[in-house]
Amino acid sequence: MKRKVFAYPYIVWMILFIVVPMFFIFYYAVNVGGQFTLTKFWSTLTDVKNNWLVLWNSIVIALKTTAICLIIAYPIAYILSNMKKSVAGFISLLFFVPMWMNFILRTYSWYAILEYFIPGLIGKPEVSFTGTEFSVLLVLVYDFLPFMILPLYNTLSKIDKSLIEASRDLGANPVKTFFRVVLPLSVPGIVSGITMVFVPAITTFTVPFIIGNGVFTLYGSKIDEAFHQATGVVGDYAVGSTLSIILVICVLISTLIMNYFDKDKESGGQVL
Amino acid sequence: MKKLVSLVLALAMALLCTAAFTGCKGSEEEADYSFADGDQYEYIGGELNILNWGEYIDEELITIFEEETGVKINYAKMTSNEEMLMKLRSPDCIYDLCFPSDYIIEQLIAQDMLVELDMSKIPNAKNISEKMLGITDSFDPGNKYSLPYMWGTVGILYNTKMVDEEVDSWDILWNEKYAGKIWQYDSVRDAIAVSLLRLGYDINTRNADEVNKAKEELIKQIPLLKGCGTDNIKTSMQKNKAALAVVYSGDALEAMDKNPNLAYVVPKEGSNVWFDNVVIPKSAKNLEAAHAFINFINDANLAARNTEYIYYSTPNQGALDRLDEAYIGDEAYNPSEETLSRCSVFHDLGDFVDVFNSAWSEYKSKMGN
Repeated sequence: MKRKVFAYPYIVWMILFIVVPMFFIFYYAVNVGGQFTLTKFWSTLTDVKNNWLVLWNSIVIALKTTAICLIIAYPIAYILSNMKKSVAGFISLLFFVPMWMNFILRTYSWYAILEYFIPGLIGKPEVSFTGTEFSVLLVLVYDFLPFMILPLYNTLSKIDKSLIEASRDLGANPVKTFFRVVLPLSVPGIVSGITMVFVPAITTFTVPFIIGNGVFTLYGSKIDEAFHQATGVVGDYAVGSTLSIILVICVLISTLIMNYFDKDKESGGQVL
Repeated sequence: MKKLVSLVLALAMALLCTAAFTGCKGSEEEADYSFADGDQYEYIGGELNILNWGEYIDEELITIFEEETGVKINYAKMTSNEEMLMKLRSPDCIYDLCFPSDYIIEQLIAQDMLVELDMSKIPNAKNISEKMLGITDSFDPGNKYSLPYMWGTVGILYNTKMVDEEVDSWDILWNEKYAGKIWQYDSVRDAIAVSLLRLGYDINTRNADEVNKAKEELIKQIPLLKGCGTDNIKTSMQKNKAALAVVYSGDALEAMDKNPNLAYVVPKEGSNVWFDNVVIPKSAKNLEAAHAFINFINDANLAARNTEYIYYSTPNQGALDRLDEAYIGDEAYNPSEETLSRCSVFHDLGDFVDVFNSAWSEYKSKMGN
């Protein structure tokens, strides 16, 4: 029981950086110019044709990003997990080196590549590859791929090789072994990889802003815009705060769903 | 081995020295930053927090002011009036000086957020053209709280290599021939004003139907847009990546200077003439330095350097007298009376701004969705 003491700093941290900010978001959502009011909260919440439409599209984009990341990352992680530790360590390092660079800088580099470099390379400098859903997806996948590879690699490399050998001894072919042994055992890695990609993908606003040329609105951009056009005497954060609450609830639901699939909390890779 | 190392070091030092000397040579030809009236500034000290638009001052001026007065300047940038308003409203606002536009100043005065300027501390205010003060008087009666810093119009910047017809109407921004080659301006008032003007309405309308019609037209335009931007538009136009763009005259001048194929026009339906004035918000702590800085940027010679550097038009008559014909004769830099008569100033819309904001929010929601 004495060990509880070590949890206190974490509790203080949680109160300061999670509970207090959440309280302020709720406070500003129902407060316009120091007056308690539900009008803005309610009108934002019921604005289906704008806010909910954008939210739905952001969920779709985030799901696409997550799916593409999973499809690309799983084979990579699987191959890495079967390599010698030293080689695998070096190769996975290569995947992480770009992450040492600032996120916004990387996104701007992609803008330059898509807007100027590739059109120049194919000899059509007037063409542009920015401002489309494809370009936004491409950069989102690039930015979040390492978050998918790492938990998958961790889980896959921890799978006891003797289980695979046993499966082969009992007559299962490699395909059957993969689907009946490896895949089920790697579920915790898949689940935490999905959470780590889906959550930042649904909340992003830099990527649609930079790569989308300002004509590709995702939910994060809506929140950003709501705060940038705050009106009234004291500042009116109600719309932005309400939009944030909706997003927090969405993230919460997706995390709960993910946790439901990941009942085996003891295994590695669990992040949230 | 040691010899080799010292040889390399010596070479490197020699290279550095040459670089330093060529640097000096370059600076000999640099612009003249002397004070027009041989002004002397006293030591003031302390700090001065300035909030201004991006790429909106010759940074050399900041260095000179710091050297003259011993004031440490903290210079922050913003991308829209609405962003600035949000920062000024924050209870822990720290700014001593900022450069909002006309309709925002009207609102700031109404909400008692500005310090009345002490003109005895700004003798250089005499340089500002009477004609300009006549216009700014419409949003700051008596020019008590603000002095014009830069001004200009909103118009269409177009690439003459890509657009072969005559550009004289906002209509061309809805022409499907240029799909994917059009830039809209990412700012509530400016973008909606373009649509309002095209429909023949007033840019300061308080008629919700007119705003909604303007919004519908903007939504129809979305598929034709390359993007909706601010400072990034001029780079894109310079590099021939788009054919048409809604821009401020100063951005147009800079882009035209760097790409001779670009031209600027204020459409026949009229446009917005805007002013960015310098104001002292109530949050200001260093009033002495703030006034000194306003006086400093209105020095005829320095204002001339500043306008040459940022390409926006100066309201400073003293500076205009020092500029050559290339500026004065340029319709984009110095619009004619006829052009100006078609343009109007933005006014604060009061609570009606909510109608603009929700129209804008709906417009943005339709993008990519």
